[in-house]
Amino acid sequence: MRASRNKDKEEKLEAPAKLKAWWLVLAATTAVVAVGLGLTLGPASLGVREVLLEVLDRLPFVDYDSGLSEREQAIVWEIRLPRVVLGLLVGSMLATAGASYQGVFRNPLADPYLLGVAAGAGFGATVAIVSDLGDGIGTFDAVPMLAFGGALVAVSLTYLVGFSARRSDPVTSLVLAGVAVASFFTAIQTFVQQRDSETIRQVYFFVLGQLRTAGWDEVILVSPYVGGCLFILLLLRRRLDVLAVGDEEAGSLGIDVRLVRLVSVLAASLGTAAVVAVSGLIGFVGIIVPHTIRLIFGFSYRIILPLTILFGGAFLVGADLVARLVLEPAEIPIGVVTAFMGAPFFVLVLRTSRKL
Amino acid sequence: MEAISCRSLRVNFGSTEVLRGIDLEVPKGGWTTVVGPNGSGKTTLLRSIAGIQASQGVIQIDGHSLGAFNRREVAKQIAIVPQQPVIPDGMRIIDYVLLGRTSHLGFFGIEKKSDIEIAQSALEELDVNFSESRTMGTLSGGERQRVVVARALTQGSPILLLDEPTTSLDIGHQQEMLEVVDELRSRLSLTVLATMHDLTLAGQYAESLILIEQGQVVASGSAQEVLTEDLITRHYRASIRVIEDDSGPIVTPVRRKNSNSLE
Repeated sequence: MRASRNKDKEEKLEAPAKLKAWWLVLAATTAVVAVGLGLTLGPASLGVREVLLEVLDRLPFVDYDSGLSEREQAIVWEIRLPRVVLGLLVGSMLATAGASYQGVFRNPLADPYLLGVAAGAGFGATVAIVSDLGDGIGTFDAVPMLAFGGALVAVSLTYLVGFSARRSDPVTSLVLAGVAVASFFTAIQTFVQQRDSETIRQVYFFVLGQLRTAGWDEVILVSPYVGGCLFILLLLRRRLDVLAVGDEEAGSLGIDVRLVRLVSVLAASLGTAAVVAVSGLIGFVGIIVPHTIRLIFGFSYRIILPLTILFGGAFLVGADLVARLVLEPAEIPIGVVTAFMGAPFFVLVLRTSRKL
Repeated sequence: MEAISCRSLRVNFGSTEVLRGIDLEVPKGGWTTVVGPNGSGKTTLLRSIAGIQASQGVIQIDGHSLGAFNRREVAKQIAIVPQQPVIPDGMRIIDYVLLGRTSHLGFFGIEKKSDIEIAQSALEELDVNFSESRTMGTLSGGERQRVVVARALTQGSPILLLDEPTTSLDIGHQQEMLEVVDELRSRLSLTVLATMHDLTLAGQYAESLILIEQGQVVASGSAQEVLTEDLITRHYRASIRVIEDDSGPIVTPVRRKNSNSLE
């Protein structure tokens, strides 16, 4: 009887979660469109056609005359393109780190700053700015260096505190340790900042986040971190799916939960620390992008991670465009744009997070 | 050969002794059910054997010490159906069941066609309507239970640990579930170790019963030996009657009016 009942079902058997090719194409197209807009729109109005020809001209074996002056070419190659590429890298990293954190901590509100990366980076940057060690521009400037260091110190501290807690629920101890470490670093950061009121504006801009570039330095600085960390997180995507059933069951299914959590948190935190060091504390990307993808495309990390990389990059390039254009020629810090879109979205996520 | 054997197994939660020297043998291909009142340590015993609860003493799986296996090797030997599984509501049923294949996948974690077929046939065995892209959150309590068992079957391990597998099922589905498990056990030569509250059903499906109380084995043997009015009254502090039936002892509660009632 059982067999006969199932006969007619066989045709409809479901395949496992799979990333559909056209989703990837859609995401890649979105990213390309965002890059195109980012290259053509700005205070110096350059034609879409000219910019396109200019880009094509630089490809090997292709020769076009874009008709752009040398100054205009420099705007494309030394100002806009590095900024757009940095936006792609930062957006991908923050969104993917957020998605991974949400999986590792089984918490829909986890974001890349959960374990104190932001507070640590903010502290490091403030120290650099207040002590007048650097202005935040350039590859080996003190601001990104100290921000990166501060972020890593904060995350390591969180991990040490979380593990020494020896509670039965390591996820909760880690999150709580993150809260403690973040408030501690924020407290010192605020203290240092208050003692030196002249630099408050500069610190404030770091905290709100900005895609500021000086040529290709920032891109060169962060791309190895972003590339490496995204690669590791992509490798872990199915293991992140297994974590959805909790530490204990994931363990009984054959996963080394501690190792998977350690590696994914390290990769997500290291990548986040690197991008935060050059772009400041851009908020909400790590929550908006993965949740939107989850709601639209599916629950599995095999779908979420590849798509967050592409959509995350596209989203931040778009947000940066808004930040550049709304009050042209002045700029709104990009963190304001992402938070302005992020806060209402947050409400939506809260209302629908039963799905998670 | 014993599939599972435990010698003086102990587990402490802080200063509380939950298991106090359990000795246990589960023959290969057999069905053993652990019974005992709430808090007697049944679940802790299963979790220790599955290697997800730290314990002292000896646990041997197929003659090898449990401690010598890594997580993946344990998963290939033992599949567990937890009493309260974590259900990721947004996950599709097929994806959930496929999690059972985790210990068989390579580094990149890509399921082969054979893995998908194993998962699909496990779902069919348990008669779950999974044809549409249903997610875990849409399942009823009974369906959910069967999907969790399907995941355990998909694991393909020779030992199946079932912690209260019939809790949220009605009486018909309870029987159906236990029949399916028993049929699979004989067809695939699985060894089953279960915990159960329903003593009658426990006796009808298990080849041997182990009664534990306060972390110690107080009786073991066949259903006729363990399910006696004397033992159950004493260890469960229950008022019951045991009726002999062809299918085994039937344990049924009886209400005794005490002298203080308003008669």
